[in-house]
Amino acid sequence: MAKVLIPTPLRQFADKKDSVELTGATVAEVLGALTTQFPSLKKQLFTDEGKLRSFVNVYLNDEDIRYMQKDATPVAATDTLSIVPSIAGGAQ
Amino acid sequence: MNTPASLTKEEILRYSRHLIMPEVGMEGQLKLKNASILLVGTGGLGAPLGMYLAAAGIGRIGLVDFDVVDATNLHRQVIHGTKDIGRKKLDSAADTIADINPNVKIEKYDVLLTSENAMEICANYDLIIDGTDNFPTRYLVNDVCVLLKKPNVYGSIFRFEGQATVFATDGGPCYRCLYPEPPPPGLVPSCAEGGVLGILPGTIGLIQATEAIKLILGVGEPLIGRLVLYDALAMKFRELKLRRNPECPVCGDNPTVTQLIDYEQFCGLPQHEGPAAAEVNEGDVDPVEVKAMLDRGDDFILIDVREQHEYLICSIPTAKLIPLGDVAKRASEIDSSKLVVAHCKMGGRSAKAVAQLKELGFKKVRNMTGGITAWSDKVDPSVPKY
Repeated sequence: MAKVLIPTPLRQFADKKDSVELTGATVAEVLGALTTQFPSLKKQLFTDEGKLRSFVNVYLNDEDIRYMQKDATPVAATDTLSIVPSIAGGAQ
Repeated sequence: MNTPASLTKEEILRYSRHLIMPEVGMEGQLKLKNASILLVGTGGLGAPLGMYLAAAGIGRIGLVDFDVVDATNLHRQVIHGTKDIGRKKLDSAADTIADINPNVKIEKYDVLLTSENAMEICANYDLIIDGTDNFPTRYLVNDVCVLLKKPNVYGSIFRFEGQATVFATDGGPCYRCLYPEPPPPGLVPSCAEGGVLGILPGTIGLIQATEAIKLILGVGEPLIGRLVLYDALAMKFRELKLRRNPECPVCGDNPTVTQLIDYEQFCGLPQHEGPAAAEVNEGDVDPVEVKAMLDRGDDFILIDVREQHEYLICSIPTAKLIPLGDVAKRASEIDSSKLVVAHCKMGGRSAKAVAQLKELGFKKVRNMTGGITAWSDKVDPSVPKY
């Protein structure tokens, strides 16, 4: 089972969990399992057409999946998937 | 830049713990003295940045801010004090810096950084540090740095998590390589909405300050092509690889953005700043009207969609607490035949609750504008603001 790290802004859509263990052979399968478990995450991560939103980055261990095989990137049970969304805070 | 002159006797004593380190030494200290840094924002990140960079002996520091110090800033913006409430952040920050190190030349820009003024302001500095709090300014700072070929030392915070890296160095990635587009407005909460652990900007701001000093000195491994993620609760640092995207619209091989654009529009925001410009929607209801409805005994349901811990700070009597995240699954608790009025802290989350309820088939749902903050302003000043 691969580990998926959920960032703070998205935990409210995932029963406040910071990580979950999920099964899947590819990034798409793991993220599919994630949004099946937490349906309200789906709108946060994917467009209506089912594509990953452009302000949500997914990393397999320390590599951006955009520079691997994107959704089709294979995932091993020892891998960690990180969701890294934009945050803007700093001054206020 | 001017070539290094020399240090005064006072400066040699002041910087002696730098001077005796071979990694800095006289040569490095003169590099710091001849360096100039622009801090965009003198808030959470800008506070420790300004103080430590001044103490370290940066020769010239530019500050960009048009905001005024308020009480809610003080739990993290340590460059400002209680006595500074109501003062311009620029003046307060400049006073603190001058006290820490009178050798620093401070340049104040009492403006909002915009596409019109950013190139001119940033051109005067060796490197730019992004300590802003909103997406339009972050994309603006990024594009300016790419176009001017100046490093952008980036830091960002949310609740108890932070990110830091160095963008826009020669051949390195830029902010748009990481995030080609901003999230739509309202999807990512701001610090004012989401809260922030007061010490967090200290940690992230000092990572930025460290990187700025290293870039100037030319020592160590700069944080280029690496994004540091910090989780204060877990006390964990992680590092992700960043790559320059050859298809990046601003720093790619065939850039399509070759001059500054309208960043408010790019980020999907209305043209004017501030809540005053917020559109009044048909379904909106003013707190004064809600008070009148309560006083008249109108038959309606008032729901509070904030979190339990916020409800404990203050609440409106008769309001039923259903946090935004639970609205959809607890909708059956709300009588859909009645008028439903939703409120939160400022009006943002309750607007989302109204949209969710309408999607679920509720016909009469209205959003109380300005939330409990406006209730405190307009109806009951005894309700504390937070």
